[in-house]
Amino acid sequence: MAATGVHVLLLCPVLIPLLGAIFSIFGWNRRRYQRTVLVVGMALLLAAAVALLRVVSAEGIQSVQVGNWPAPFGITFVADLFSAIMVLLGAMMGLAVAVYSFISIDVRRESFGYYPLFNTLMMGVSGAFLTGDLFNMYVWFEVMLISSFVLLALGGERAQLEGSIKYVTLNLLSSAVFLAGVGILYSVVGSLNMADIARLMSARVTEGIALTIAMMFLIAFGIKAAIFPMFFWLPASYHTPPVAVSAIFAGLLTKVGVYSLIRVFTLIFVQNPGYTHGAIAILAGFTMICGVLGAAAQMEFRRVLSFHIISQIGYMILGLGFFTPLALAGSVFYLIHHIIVKTNLFLVSGVVHRLQGTYQLKPLGGLYKRHPLLGLLFLIPAMSLAGVPPLSGFWAKFILIREGLELRHYLLVAAALVTSILTLYSMSKIWVEVFWKDKPESRVFGGAPIAHRLPRIVWVLYLAPIVALALCTVIIGLAAEPVFALSLRAAEQLMDPQAYIEAILGGG
Amino acid sequence: MNPPPARSMMPSLILNTATRYLMPLLVTFSIFVLLRGHNLPGGGFIGGLIAAAAFVLYAIAHHVAAARRALPLDPLQLIALGLLTAVSSGILSIVAGEPFMTGLWSHDPWPVLGAPGTPLLFDIGVYLVVLGVALTIVFALAEE
Repeated sequence: MAATGVHVLLLCPVLIPLLGAIFSIFGWNRRRYQRTVLVVGMALLLAAAVALLRVVSAEGIQSVQVGNWPAPFGITFVADLFSAIMVLLGAMMGLAVAVYSFISIDVRRESFGYYPLFNTLMMGVSGAFLTGDLFNMYVWFEVMLISSFVLLALGGERAQLEGSIKYVTLNLLSSAVFLAGVGILYSVVGSLNMADIARLMSARVTEGIALTIAMMFLIAFGIKAAIFPMFFWLPASYHTPPVAVSAIFAGLLTKVGVYSLIRVFTLIFVQNPGYTHGAIAILAGFTMICGVLGAAAQMEFRRVLSFHIISQIGYMILGLGFFTPLALAGSVFYLIHHIIVKTNLFLVSGVVHRLQGTYQLKPLGGLYKRHPLLGLLFLIPAMSLAGVPPLSGFWAKFILIREGLELRHYLLVAAALVTSILTLYSMSKIWVEVFWKDKPESRVFGGAPIAHRLPRIVWVLYLAPIVALALCTVIIGLAAEPVFALSLRAAEQLMDPQAYIEAILGGG
Repeated sequence: MNPPPARSMMPSLILNTATRYLMPLLVTFSIFVLLRGHNLPGGGFIGGLIAAAAFVLYAIAHHVAAARRALPLDPLQLIALGLLTAVSSGILSIVAGEPFMTGLWSHDPWPVLGAPGTPLLFDIGVYLVVLGVALTIVFALAEE
């Protein structure tokens, strides 16, 4: 098999951040150089991701055997539409947050390896999206997690360390369960290549054992995706690191968990969907409600947003729980919408913090009067998150709820609607507290430093990623049709594992 | 409680003299282990550890600063160089028109090395990374 351009392209999302990490280690402590490497790398990554999506969209599933060992013995890299979409979203967030971090990460963190770690984090995320091998997926998870551990703890503030301990413990537990699951699966199937496992699953594994392994994977990926009842590590840690780190975590890390859930539960564990996917749907319902109720009780900007990640994860796996092409298309659409919107909201919270020196909602206020543009830029993703038409969130919810009604899952539909309304409540709470009400007398809450005037270049670097992501939200909302068509094609690919298997193993 | 050890390590004539002979031996041995690694026990990882042990011995005998001077590159740079070497062994296959990381082998035997291929380049990368990581950690701890 000769290496054509496509094969190189397929590896680019992993190789570019790896080379970025290497070159930024060469220039340790040279900040300007490391920034250049990061932003150039992320731009290249974005270009490669766009090209990859175009190729996959035009020519179908692409795969490459690393080291030229034939599948299922070697490690396969494979991109179907779903993977390609996720890689593209990852690259977009990488670029946006990279630009944002130039003005929001302090010098100390920069000189202790922020930029190499950011690169390795992106490498792990892309690798997890593209690998076609279950054990290799575990490795990419570890690459991503180890980078995230350090990014989370970097700086060594008390709150950060407390958050990191919870985050690390729970994620290590999840990795252990994942690894045990992979081990058991390998012992019964005799393969680690996902396509090969999918092919051999029904012949070699009895139903009881398949179900047991499926539940192990559900727990392992469920912890990483922060679904009910294993979500509590997320709001305990995501509000502690600098906001650029929170933003990239919020946008991508739990979504890697969702991606893996969707991947294994459409490809491998499809023997008994009534049971497994029914359980996922019920968990999705609880996840939505718990997340949104948790958010309603919070009075800290980033904690509110963190709890909303959980409730939104509920929607995404609800589509997986319904397990129809249209519902999965809803999930994919939801992922696209959510990654953009949630990252953006975190970025806005960082600007608010820079202006008024706190994330607590009570002492904040009066920002709309001084910075109407910032208010608008908050309102777009916030309303999109709540599902107000015509923004992207509306369509994402609309697809899922319509499919829920078709399938007569009325309770879950009700849960989704209630969650949506409560999301609107939380978002308007932030709007009222931060932007609308007058700034309370600072002596009541202790004088927080206020910097109303920021240099122009700082404003530009803050607002460029926020405006770009807000525009994406609006465009996806207004041009929902092509995005939905793409999601539907991705979902149809997911529902038809045979094509995936043939793309990797050949027409056997 | 014993008092903490003094910042500059104790000069010991025996250790100093032994190190003078042991260090070249250890470094040579590490390279031997690295090259032996493809078909026999050995390889970049263990070779890198042996090389790191040589420099750690030097640091104990003389001083961490002296060991840093003895090292041709900063340990961090060694990590980056090693990673780059390992990646380039994979990229060479792309240049040759094969999928990433396909092993390319020389057909004619080279002196000493036998018939080397890109996996050797990868192993050299591993050697450098292990050396760099081990020394970064040990030096940081010793300089505390």
